[in-house]
Amino acid sequence: MVSIRQTTYPDSLPDFRNLGVIARVLVAVNAVALGGALFAAPDLAQAIDRFPQIAALVEPLLLACLVVLFVLSPLFARLPYWTGCAAVMALVLVVTVLLRAGVTAIVAEPPAELGRMLVLAALISAGLLGYLRLRARAYSPALAEARLQALQARIRPHFLFNSLNAVLALIRRDPKRAERSLEDLADLFRTLMSDAHQFVRLEDEIALLERYAELEQLRLGERLRLTWELDAAPSDALLPPLVLQPLLENAVYHGVEPGTGAGEVLVRIERRGDRVLARIENPYVEEQQHRAGNRMALENIRERLALFFDAEARIETRVSDGRYRVEIEIPYRVASR
Amino acid sequence: MSAVRIFIADDEAPARERLKELLSDIAAELPTEVVGEARHGLEAVERVPASGAQVLLLDIEMPGMGGLEVARHLAALEQPPRVVFVTAHDRHAVEAFELNALDYLLKPVRAERLAAALKKAAAAAAPGREQLARAAIAAREYLSIVERHRILLVPVRDIVFLRAEQKYVTVRTRSREHLIEEPLVTLEQEFARQFVRIHRNCLVARAAIRGFERAGGAEDEPHWAVVLDGLEERLPVSRRQWPILRELVSDK
Repeated sequence: MVSIRQTTYPDSLPDFRNLGVIARVLVAVNAVALGGALFAAPDLAQAIDRFPQIAALVEPLLLACLVVLFVLSPLFARLPYWTGCAAVMALVLVVTVLLRAGVTAIVAEPPAELGRMLVLAALISAGLLGYLRLRARAYSPALAEARLQALQARIRPHFLFNSLNAVLALIRRDPKRAERSLEDLADLFRTLMSDAHQFVRLEDEIALLERYAELEQLRLGERLRLTWELDAAPSDALLPPLVLQPLLENAVYHGVEPGTGAGEVLVRIERRGDRVLARIENPYVEEQQHRAGNRMALENIRERLALFFDAEARIETRVSDGRYRVEIEIPYRVASR
Repeated sequence: MSAVRIFIADDEAPARERLKELLSDIAAELPTEVVGEARHGLEAVERVPASGAQVLLLDIEMPGMGGLEVARHLAALEQPPRVVFVTAHDRHAVEAFELNALDYLLKPVRAERLAAALKKAAAAAAPGREQLARAAIAAREYLSIVERHRILLVPVRDIVFLRAEQKYVTVRTRSREHLIEEPLVTLEQEFARQFVRIHRNCLVARAAIRGFERAGGAEDEPHWAVVLDGLEERLPVSRRQWPILRELVSDK
């Protein structure tokens, strides 16, 4: 049994450029504002009256903080977790002071007492940081689980044993190619057994795809016709590891292996503006034999994309014209230098 | 000792090559001769009967038709080959083999294991139809009719109805009629998803039922007949089955 070390997933600051994080902060702060109004007013009608006043005070501050955090996000991301938290809190307090000073200068009447504003701002930011940390932690076991599943199911035993068998058949006839195939297999498994919580560069994931394809080609020969459309693929884009390989494996397993003739598989990866699109297509074969596992692989990838990109990633499948298509869209990000 | 005649069925070329290599490695211990090869299940059913093979090395996971179904069709031959199943990893199949005392090898295959399995197979009888049927996980996709050195396959999805007639069961497709020697009861169990019983002696493909019409009988006790898709013939419904069928219609 593989043990799961919780420490493998250290805390990290939320990504303040992520739409999901921004949306959560907006909703949470407004909910607190509404709660405050309800608490302070004697009845519901007055609370509803009071809410816009509170919002008028809170909203500019909230938006200002979010904008600054958005801009400085890459800087914060480099700090250790607790230092980062302190920096975020300090930043929120500074923005509060500046904003209050600005408003006072314009309307000549302070919107609220400084001490009260600072304590409230500090409490809310601390609460939010705590919530986002818990949320990331709640997802972490899913990540560990994903890794386990990657080991147990991602590379199907069926593939491993058939590949080994194919390599055995090569050893006498073509020792060079047998060597290369074993190296491919080793690379594939090294990636599978590595920590799955770090981003990899797209070019590395593509190299992995090619090694995997090489092995499948060895087994299936003419039956597997692969088309690569990678000219527009941004090699420096970052993505979670093993997002594309399971999809290619599915394409071969469900689209090529069940057919007696040749099956065409297309892999296309391209950058469109600030998005990276990957599409994998295979012939749609209505399955007579029960071949489970497809949904699980897709769910697993969906979960990991959600963990890494929150609401900014998309994965879709559809069947049309006898072809099965999987499409993944993620934000185009590169490693900060 | 004369060479054992072997047929190899596997969809992966390297896997077939590997088996041939191993066979030549153990030739001193056990002389063999490869009399044929197939790249998928249908090809195996087509080629094995005339090949004169004594032992069939049969991959489980093959496109077109899986190894187990291949073995079931071949078992009806007058002199069926002994079968050694080969699988890379199919837990369910392996369990079923164990349970039903069928021989199997795991890929990658070792020379010693192969030699042992072949010796055992050469001495044993070919697996029986019932034995294979029990090991089957899924229903067959074809019914087979054995002609001299040939097996004719009828896709189950093409069958309109199956009717028991004395010793045989008539298999009716839109264009042809065949006779097979399997009991209607076991067919009913195996194909319960696709077929429904309309009469003591008749199963009809659910997809082929277009409707029912009244077929004479007294006013208070009407007889019903199935109207089929693509066939003129009407099939009588027994009184006992009518309530079940009526529900089927209202479901549609």
